[in-house]
Amino acid sequence: MIIGSLPTRYRIGIDPVRCMECGRCIENCTYGVYSRDGDRIAVNSRNCTACHRCIACCPRDAITLEEHPCDYRSHPLWTREARETIYNQARTGKIVLAGMGNALDYPVIFDRLVLDACQVTNPSLDPLREPIELVTHLGKRPARLDLVRREGGDVELKTRLTPNLRIETPVMIGHMSYGAISLNAQIAMARAAKETGTYMGTGEGGLHAALHPYQDRMIVQVASGRFGVNIDYLERGAAVEIKIGQGAKPGIGGHLPGEKVCAEISRTRMIPEGSDAISPAPHHDIYSIEDLAQLVRGLKEATEWKKPVFVKIAAVHNAAAIAAGIARSPADAVVIDGFRGGTGAAPRVFRDHVGIPIEAAVASVDRKLREQGIRNEISVIASGGIRGSADVAKAIALGADAVYIGTAALAAMGCRVCGNCYRGLCPWGIATQRQDLVDRLNPDEGAEQVANLIHAWTLELAELLGAAGINSIESLRGNRDRLRGYMLDEGLLQVLDVKPVGA
Amino acid sequence: MDGSGIRQALSMMNERGSGEGAGYAAYGIYPDYRDCYALHVFFDNVRESKPLLDSTLAQWGTIEHDEAIPTRDRPGLRAVHTPWRYFFKPDASLAPPGSTMPEDEIVSALVMRVNAARRGALIFSSGKDLGVFKAGGWPEDVADFYRIEEYEGYIWLAHNRYPTNTPGWWGGAHPFNLLDWSVVHNGEITSYGTNQRYIESFGYTCTMYTDTEVVAYLIDLLVRRHGLDVDIAVRALAPPFWEEIDRMPDAEREWNRALRLTYAPAMMNGPFAIVAANRDMMVGFTDRGKLRPMVVGECGDRLYISSEEAAIRAMEPRVESVWMPAAGEPVIGRVAP
Repeated sequence: MIIGSLPTRYRIGIDPVRCMECGRCIENCTYGVYSRDGDRIAVNSRNCTACHRCIACCPRDAITLEEHPCDYRSHPLWTREARETIYNQARTGKIVLAGMGNALDYPVIFDRLVLDACQVTNPSLDPLREPIELVTHLGKRPARLDLVRREGGDVELKTRLTPNLRIETPVMIGHMSYGAISLNAQIAMARAAKETGTYMGTGEGGLHAALHPYQDRMIVQVASGRFGVNIDYLERGAAVEIKIGQGAKPGIGGHLPGEKVCAEISRTRMIPEGSDAISPAPHHDIYSIEDLAQLVRGLKEATEWKKPVFVKIAAVHNAAAIAAGIARSPADAVVIDGFRGGTGAAPRVFRDHVGIPIEAAVASVDRKLREQGIRNEISVIASGGIRGSADVAKAIALGADAVYIGTAALAAMGCRVCGNCYRGLCPWGIATQRQDLVDRLNPDEGAEQVANLIHAWTLELAELLGAAGINSIESLRGNRDRLRGYMLDEGLLQVLDVKPVGA
Repeated sequence: MDGSGIRQALSMMNERGSGEGAGYAAYGIYPDYRDCYALHVFFDNVRESKPLLDSTLAQWGTIEHDEAIPTRDRPGLRAVHTPWRYFFKPDASLAPPGSTMPEDEIVSALVMRVNAARRGALIFSSGKDLGVFKAGGWPEDVADFYRIEEYEGYIWLAHNRYPTNTPGWWGGAHPFNLLDWSVVHNGEITSYGTNQRYIESFGYTCTMYTDTEVVAYLIDLLVRRHGLDVDIAVRALAPPFWEEIDRMPDAEREWNRALRLTYAPAMMNGPFAIVAANRDMMVGFTDRGKLRPMVVGECGDRLYISSEEAAIRAMEPRVESVWMPAAGEPVIGRVAP
């Protein structure tokens, strides 16, 4: 034995007085924590992921969960994660995989920004009495309009506008593919998107026939593997999104293991059953910005210029310049995915160390586009770590038109952010393809809860706008004056173009 | 109309001010120099700052005449600047190639540059045959300081300020002017951060530390540079709600939608009543919720727009009709040819 057993991450306890040995924990745990041992329930805490399924199912609140019951000697540099990654790699010699978003302890910029409200000199508005507009349009705009006044005073519009997407609230559901998540999870979110007047991304997994009823609310993705892409797919979507990169793993592709590629996924992705679905790191037809512009044009041509085309990039150091390049193509929106963006599976070294926070990325993209006089000609969508309506408001004030949410929508369906999505054993029926687990997620209930979440954020956004004396969301967009930075350093304040509190 | 009437009107609304800023704009006051841009300037110190401005202007055109703006000492008004006026003809050949309005472009660029440099000179009025007169003080004192009753104009704007952002700063008093357009404003623009960043991406520089300035630049951009009719420009600044746009007939809906999308960052939010004027017209409008008052009166061929009816009646006791326009609805008075 060289390394031996590591301290367990979690310790599960069962209160013998409260437990009635119903066995729901045994049935529900997919990770093998519980087993029946005669007339008692045995526990193997080492398998626990803190997914909380057992706690949610226990009718008697008999289960307790403790994190880090036995810790290492504390050390500021040699953290538990640092040491355990070494033990893991010393044993395996492999890249360490991880799920969900960035788990390192970086400061959250959103939490160091505060919003403004009116007092005296301008009245705050009451959303119950006065209209507050959250309607948002995404797409290309002309820099100016050619309006002609005819005899009799009628105005004629000579400029032709390209199609825009209209969302009733600036919150959309981001791209999570069928494969990474279950069909029931996708159906639930698609219904919620329809119900709340917003859109949802397909991810790079194609569009399953069960989602066709919601296709006018779906943004179909074209990623480097081109899985599921054909003309039928493009024509069904309300918009098309080219995925260049992803905040959780900038610069690398994706990998759906063959064991997850069941018959349905095989059909939807258009790949043989049981084969690995590997998305290459780059698009092999995009080696430069002009190649991207060609693909944008190609997709527009294929869909007769009727659908907006978005381009999604990971928030990397040079995101602003890249976005400016994208804005010069016929693309309608650029999606910036920050380094806290979630994923089903990513190498941990990428998830935790590559890319920049969405707050800084959106601020610098907005500024760069303004400096070049083209900000209003393209929409900017922010994603990666949006947790609530305050984050939405702050992202918009920093320069985004709208946001994509991912993890938040999954949490609305029960996800506890345990981060084991890549194992395919999600006990909540979200990040799994095992039918018995998928069946645990009722799409009707899931849809209602995701819709509730978006409704709730929408109400809160209206209140925040009203308090700031703003009755339309476009007057918040890029309005850094309504933000102040709290305990942010001067350099970052400059990047964000935000004054410190009190200034 | 000489300036005594509007001085009287403004004094009816002293409750709306704090004695820290007031101003007037008058059109048609410089008939002898109607082809020159009348530049009104605050010098911090004439001996120090004037030679610099003289040489800058001489670089870009000809100074036909310049003089101190005639003033009279007022006990209630401490003159912290020396107001000066230039009658200036820019050299059109120096404009960037392809300029459609070369003289306007030279003058507006000069205004932006001089004001951003902050070297003891601030150009606060730059149109032809018009002038802004403003200072820190009560409206009557400012009027008397500038001998406002001695000017004869066909359009007058006036404003009494209760400052919150920048007290005591003469440049912060209204009206704000750029070239032909002058603006007075009651309110606070909650979308200022968005509007300012938008307008600055078109080469304007906001230098006055106050939100009203941006209104003058937005009107200049939409009307002069983008060629929109003034009522359409107002519609871009205070657009109908989407709910109203959705209910419009097809063609109308289409252009209103396009206008709102194209000029989303120009849309002004927060409470405001604004009156703007150029040589041909005067236009008044409020925010979409009408959170600031605006009253309109008519008498013969004259149009009055004010925060209060009392001011209109002080200026024109025989006013024939007085009404309150709906929120966001522009009231436009055009100068009869």
